[in-house]
Amino acid sequence: MESDTKVFGFWIYLMTDLVLFAVLFATFAVLRTSTFGGPSGRELFHLPSALAETLILLTSSFTCSLAMIAVHREQKKPAMFWFTVTFALGVAFLTIEVTEFSKFVEEGASWQRSAFLSAFFTLVGTHGLHIAVGLLWMIVIMFRLWLRPLLAPSISRIFRMALFWHFLDFVWIFIFTSVYGMGHLL
Amino acid sequence: MENFISGKLTLDALPHVWYTIGATVFFAIMIMTIATILTKTKRWGWLWHEWLTSTDPKKIGTMYVIFAVLMFFRGMVDAGMIWLQQSLAADSQSYLTAEHFQEIFTSHGDIMVFFVTMGFFFGFMNWIIPLQIGARDLAYPFLNSLGLWLTVAGGILINFFFMIGGHFANTGWLAIAPLSELEFNPGAGVDYLIWSLQLSGLGSLLAAINFIVTIIKKRAPGMTLMKMPLFVWTSLCGMVLIISAFPVLTATTFLLWFDRFFNMHIFTTGFGGNQMMYFNLIWMWGHPEVYILVLPAFGMYSEIVSTFSQKKISGYVSMVCAAIVITLLSYLVWLHHFFTMGAGADVNSFFGIVTMLIAIPSGVQVFNWILTMFKGKLIFASPMYWTIGFIIIFMLGGMTGVFMASPPADFQVHNSLFLIAHFHTMIIGVALFGVFAGLTYWFPKIVGFTLNERLGKRAFWLWLIGFFVSFTPLYLLGFMGATRRLDHYASSTGWQPLYITATVGFVIIVCGIITQIVQIIVSIKEKDQHLDITGDPWNGRTLEWSTSSPPPFYNFAMIPTITSREPFWDMKKQDHQPQKQYEDIELPKCTGMGIYISGFAFVVGFALVWHILWLAALGLAGLIACIIILSFNEDTEYMLSAAQVAQIETSSAQKSLNC
Repeated sequence: MESDTKVFGFWIYLMTDLVLFAVLFATFAVLRTSTFGGPSGRELFHLPSALAETLILLTSSFTCSLAMIAVHREQKKPAMFWFTVTFALGVAFLTIEVTEFSKFVEEGASWQRSAFLSAFFTLVGTHGLHIAVGLLWMIVIMFRLWLRPLLAPSISRIFRMALFWHFLDFVWIFIFTSVYGMGHLL
Repeated sequence: MENFISGKLTLDALPHVWYTIGATVFFAIMIMTIATILTKTKRWGWLWHEWLTSTDPKKIGTMYVIFAVLMFFRGMVDAGMIWLQQSLAADSQSYLTAEHFQEIFTSHGDIMVFFVTMGFFFGFMNWIIPLQIGARDLAYPFLNSLGLWLTVAGGILINFFFMIGGHFANTGWLAIAPLSELEFNPGAGVDYLIWSLQLSGLGSLLAAINFIVTIIKKRAPGMTLMKMPLFVWTSLCGMVLIISAFPVLTATTFLLWFDRFFNMHIFTTGFGGNQMMYFNLIWMWGHPEVYILVLPAFGMYSEIVSTFSQKKISGYVSMVCAAIVITLLSYLVWLHHFFTMGAGADVNSFFGIVTMLIAIPSGVQVFNWILTMFKGKLIFASPMYWTIGFIIIFMLGGMTGVFMASPPADFQVHNSLFLIAHFHTMIIGVALFGVFAGLTYWFPKIVGFTLNERLGKRAFWLWLIGFFVSFTPLYLLGFMGATRRLDHYASSTGWQPLYITATVGFVIIVCGIITQIVQIIVSIKEKDQHLDITGDPWNGRTLEWSTSSPPPFYNFAMIPTITSREPFWDMKKQDHQPQKQYEDIELPKCTGMGIYISGFAFVVGFALVWHILWLAALGLAGLIACIIILSFNEDTEYMLSAAQVAQIETSSAQKSLNC
């Protein structure tokens, strides 16, 4: 009952976070063509690496679900294993993103170059920051898994972390299609 | 000019003009006086354990109200300085420079909206909502405490420029870009504005989530949604507006700060930035914010009208529908704040018509309030005075609002004093009168004795007359072409007499405030004569009046079962004496984490205002560490046994067992 209430509240928080992303998406949509003589998305984006990021994040969502199944069955070891895999995939995603960002900056396409790039770095960077927070949270959760018995409050906490992770996956799908996909086509 | 140790902070930032030195000395004396009193009376522990770390919503509510009162005085000083400047500034600058004048109207707006009005309403909601829905506490007691302290941290940060920096933003309360961009505003003032709004905005967001979950999940058995008191309904609508609108504010102010900190170009004049984006985004938050400020007040008036007409509220279902319709429509009107932007006739027409539509649910509410009074046995207590005053002012404000909803008319009065008069009509006449009505109405419930009625009514008349003397000239000035935010004007315009009249109105309002202060002092002195022994001083109808005044810290020894919209009224009619069967009660422990986390958040905010990166990193690390420690703490509640409850219920002593 009490954990139910917490999960419900967490859903509301996720919706507020979604509104925040909606603002960033809207800003990106408005400023997409404001390249101010700088590089456009078409010249800049490397679709294969964005696709790789997408596949990695989708897989991590899947392994996160496997971990949650183990948590609900109260099997600590498989849960630990799948969270570790999820964590590794998250780090891989972040590594590719940071590499891409630094490459852009080296090519002179930093966030200071044009409004389009400011909006791009803000939107994708905010998602990346969320991923970093998610990873930190995952470490804390794995400690909890290791230290504490798997009782209802723990399961509820772990469940909320998993919700957060799936939420980020959901947001990324929109980033992939509207930023990278449409940026490449149009 | 940045270095690693102190960022943009230099010795110039220390107080060196009359108002910063004055304010710093004033704050120092205040803090020292309070500290001395606390030390002499040995009350530090009491303050910390009983109040600051409390998770009891009634205490958190009281702290919100005290904070809002302090900020109200601060905002009123600004208001007085603005009036004085404008009364004297025919033909030449008067005692303030243009820059200083701009900073004052900016901080006046931010303080009154974010800290005064919202602070009061969060306070009332903390006091009353758990009692009205038959709950013992909120869904997340810790988040409630954190929300309060984040708001307070924001409130301290918005005043911190007196001590360090010396300048607030000079951009107007919404920090409209590109004026708020680095190019035109390189100082720290805008950053102070941004970070105080970030902190208090986060606090409001957490509080809103908390109240929504509380209202949805923690109602007493039998209280269906359509049996909730109207204050709970309108607060729920207001909170839904917060969770959908405040993330927009957070995102927008962050985007502005990115522009300023990372040299991005989202709202800048160069590099493809789009300034109208800022207008759109900030008003997408800003218009719902207007309804966040007035919806809870609507609910309070409904409760008060019904109680003092001794009649159930007329048209309950239509009142709920009206609140929901207002909630939905308020998302679709933001563009009426800038019809002059040039979005074209079609877009302006759409937003103009939707704005006018809001008059319909508002009208439904006005008619229901009047119909509730119709054939009722009216008692003219001071909350009723405020309510009737509100209805009259609300009609005036509503009509000027519909007038401005028409784009061609708006082109004439856009950004004139007519607009200023309109929204002050709404915020003073609707929100602030609601605060005073609610304060008089619920004061005995929380504190245990009623306020002095005679002085309360005098304060009302002073406020009402002061309001009209103050803002009627502004409507006229608006038609005469006076724009807002003028630090001086030509005497040939003939505006000066009207400005002076407005200042006279302000003086009358100040007399009203002094009367209110005297009212509270007199009431405390005479409290033995006005003790609320029954817990039901107004012959109330809703559940909060069924408890003692003040209620025990667990609110209800037995959670009542609800069968109607006016449970307490029915209980009284049936002379219902519930079986006294007590049960164990689980209650939240007090926690200092809310203060620690808000303290670190304040450090982060302050460090980022001045670009002191190491300090920001330190604050952030502390903040994260607190959250992690908190997540491993499962011991957040304690059990009050049935025997203890029985003991407290039978004895009159109601000591808090929070810690």
